[in-house]
Amino acid sequence: MSAESPPGIPPALAALIEDFARADRMARVELLVDYADRYEEAPLSIATRPYPVRNRVTHCESQVYVFPEDLPGGTVKYHFAVDNPQGLSARAWAVILDETLSGQPLEQVAGVPGDAVFQVFGREVSMGRGEGLIGMLALVQRLARERLHERKPR
Amino acid sequence: MTSLASRTIEERGYARPEVLVSTDWVAQHLADPTIRIVESNEDSLLYPSGHIPGAVQIDWTLDLNDQVRRDYVDRAGFERLMSRAGISNDTTVVFYGDKSNWWATYAFWIFQLFGHSKAKVMDGGRLKWEKEGREMTRSVPHYPATSYTAPDRDDTKIRAFKADVLKHQEAARPLIDVRSPAEFSGERTHMPEYPQEGVLRGGHIPGAKNVPWARAANPEDGTFKSASYLQAIYEKEEGFKPSDDIVTYCRIGERSSHTWFVLTYLLGYAKVRNYDGSWTEWGNSVNVPIER
Repeated sequence: MSAESPPGIPPALAALIEDFARADRMARVELLVDYADRYEEAPLSIATRPYPVRNRVTHCESQVYVFPEDLPGGTVKYHFAVDNPQGLSARAWAVILDETLSGQPLEQVAGVPGDAVFQVFGREVSMGRGEGLIGMLALVQRLARERLHERKPR
Repeated sequence: MTSLASRTIEERGYARPEVLVSTDWVAQHLADPTIRIVESNEDSLLYPSGHIPGAVQIDWTLDLNDQVRRDYVDRAGFERLMSRAGISNDTTVVFYGDKSNWWATYAFWIFQLFGHSKAKVMDGGRLKWEKEGREMTRSVPHYPATSYTAPDRDDTKIRAFKADVLKHQEAARPLIDVRSPAEFSGERTHMPEYPQEGVLRGGHIPGAKNVPWARAANPEDGTFKSASYLQAIYEKEEGFKPSDDIVTYCRIGERSSHTWFVLTYLLGYAKVRNYDGSWTEWGNSVNVPIER
């Protein structure tokens, strides 16, 4: 993680943001398409249809769901289901969030700024698309915060 | 009885059916040198992930918008874009894209500001093409540069500016707000993290009727609803008439270009203008009337 990276961001996400900062628009698009190509829907052992509403990302037109899998050691693996086959950005973002936030300390996951979406996708993201992508991160963070809250001594 | 979804374009009763082409028609014209297929999407990852063979991409933010002013490209910019896309004045441009052709009709509308009337929209857009399992490629075509001559952009006939809309509203002429009911009511404005399309005030232009744009499209395959269905919405339900002077708007003028297209071409309305300043201009303006 470089000195400029926001404090507390999981190292893999900070490194990815640095990669995207160096990429021009075409390279960024190619990188994101590569991520989208790696997308895999949440396995049946984690989630079955119909998916619960509480796992659905609000304001996301691509109908994205996030499912937590609690890992030994108190971290979480984040699984995604993107129901819109044309939701390429949602698929790319799902892979990025899984690869950079799964297994990371919950405090760091909860502290990722929403601006990370624009650092990865660029500033020209439309509002509709931006809303959905920020919503995906927000749901991942809600799941992390819920677990942090449950662990607080009462 | 023929189901609505299976009716051909010609069977749906549109005022100007020639503005639409089917996916079959496009598949039969992939090698036609007089045709240029143009994909225009909200999601910039879609075209590079696979597109109709031979199609070029026109990106709304980078290709159609001026990069400094909040406006569209000027004549010289449009001519450069056409040249780069291998489009000549005689080329028939066929638009398609994601979101039930929402962005395709936006590009179509901007092309009409420059008078490129040889323009069509592929009914169903990208969704229908994909659902039918038709060929897609990641290969980006390169066409020889053309020499395109455009007139100056005509902002008077199908585009409305804020001053026009103020007069229009004061005269109690018809306005259609095509945003979601939550945006229309002012309950929802924008995300705090997203200042680009942010607004200071929520609500709608007084007198506007709320007809969300997507009601004109079949969600399962992105095709346009039949003329009789559209008339039931816009005329029987909302009371608009083909002779009305109508302004459509949304947040930045893209969704409302879909409704502009529907009213102008599918229902044959004579005077429909798209207010592209839309709510991001109106809701940030000082001393304009707002209804909630």
